[in-house]
Amino acid sequence: MRYEAPDSLDGAVALLADAIGETRVLAGGTDLLVQMRADVVGPELIVDIKKIPETRVVAEDKGGWRIGAAVTGAELKEHPRLKQVWPGVVEAANLIGSTQVQGRATLGGNLCNGSPAADSVPALIAAGAVATLAGPRGRRDLPVENVMLAPRKLALTKGEFVVSFLLPPRLPRSSDAYLRFIPRTEMDIAVVGAGVSLTVDETGTISAARVSLGAVAPRVLLVPDAAAAIVGSRLDRAAQDRLEAAARAACSPIDDKRGTVEFRIQIAGVLARRAALIALDRARTS
Amino acid sequence: MAKHHIEATVNGDAVEFLCETEDTLLDVLRDTLQLTGSKEGCASGDCGACSVMLDGRLVCSCLVLGCEVGGRRVDTIEGVAKGQTLHPLQQKFLEHAALQCGICTPGFIVAGKALLEQNPNPTDTEIRYWLAGNLCRCTGYDKIVTAVKDAAVAMRKG
Repeated sequence: MRYEAPDSLDGAVALLADAIGETRVLAGGTDLLVQMRADVVGPELIVDIKKIPETRVVAEDKGGWRIGAAVTGAELKEHPRLKQVWPGVVEAANLIGSTQVQGRATLGGNLCNGSPAADSVPALIAAGAVATLAGPRGRRDLPVENVMLAPRKLALTKGEFVVSFLLPPRLPRSSDAYLRFIPRTEMDIAVVGAGVSLTVDETGTISAARVSLGAVAPRVLLVPDAAAAIVGSRLDRAAQDRLEAAARAACSPIDDKRGTVEFRIQIAGVLARRAALIALDRARTS
Repeated sequence: MAKHHIEATVNGDAVEFLCETEDTLLDVLRDTLQLTGSKEGCASGDCGACSVMLDGRLVCSCLVLGCEVGGRRVDTIEGVAKGQTLHPLQQKFLEHAALQCGICTPGFIVAGKALLEQNPNPTDTEIRYWLAGNLCRCTGYDKIVTAVKDAAVAMRKG
């Protein structure tokens, strides 16, 4: 097994594009090393992307925020500005694992691990985040909701990897929130996750919204019907009921030891409503 | 494939070692550098017994590759006491009997020290959340939380 740690995008792309056999990109390693140890994956080449400056940036960009794929959850939490603008994204990233895992786990890894239960992914999708990919044919941008196709399956082509995410410019009175259900208080995998990002106008009416659900389908879902259910409302009880119904209608979960189909569908509505209420409260006071 | 030749700083000392790609930092610490204070509990990042500081950041050394630490600073349980003088956290673990079998203890000390360096006066809840990635199957945690709180008091007094 080879290990390479290139310091440029071109270097990483060349390694990945020329690789023969199983290849894995390494960011925080909190999924990859566990899967290697369990013999779930056995890469012949590991490309560590942490030495590439573009993967480590947190900076304002085009009026929004650029977050490198290899930035850790702990670094996001400690950033002085990011959690004011995107509290939902930061809190979702900080629900992943323990303090130790927070020191290593990254947004890029959480997405590219390809789990429908990834906590940061619904928050990124609700935020309207776009993933910037580098590959043999250059760079391209892909909305986060289009990166994952199915469990462990990504829309990346050979030689491509996620470099960073761009969170869009924020209008005044905007905010976001992410909630998940787990049977414990900490350190568990989402049974259901819900991310909501919204903007309210001067009168307190929701003028724009995005809703995303995790762990209720083979991939993390963007749910436009759930957003449409609350845009134009002040999130009164009727709008909350519409949101819950639209969220539940989008679910096609599996039964497993962590939750039944019925439970996941029920909880998806509850969490979407609660996340929307938190995002609304934050937006009004932002 | 030739082994990787890595130079790093471990507990303040410049060290160099050879490792295979698949060797974790924990493997290197225990088997190559003979620093066996960091323990392997789960080897999957769940138990925290292998906790170390990597460039000042608390991590599980079982989830870091040895070849990743070139040029970086690693601090382990072996560097916590200063000569024969125990760190206040170590002293309080003894005073409060916050250990039984002791396998988890190095990880708790390293993680607890990291907490107190950034939060000198943590609440019980903050301690429990910070240490949620450190598992102990003997004590029931109350004595550990008590020891960390008491160490915080001792450290604030200087």
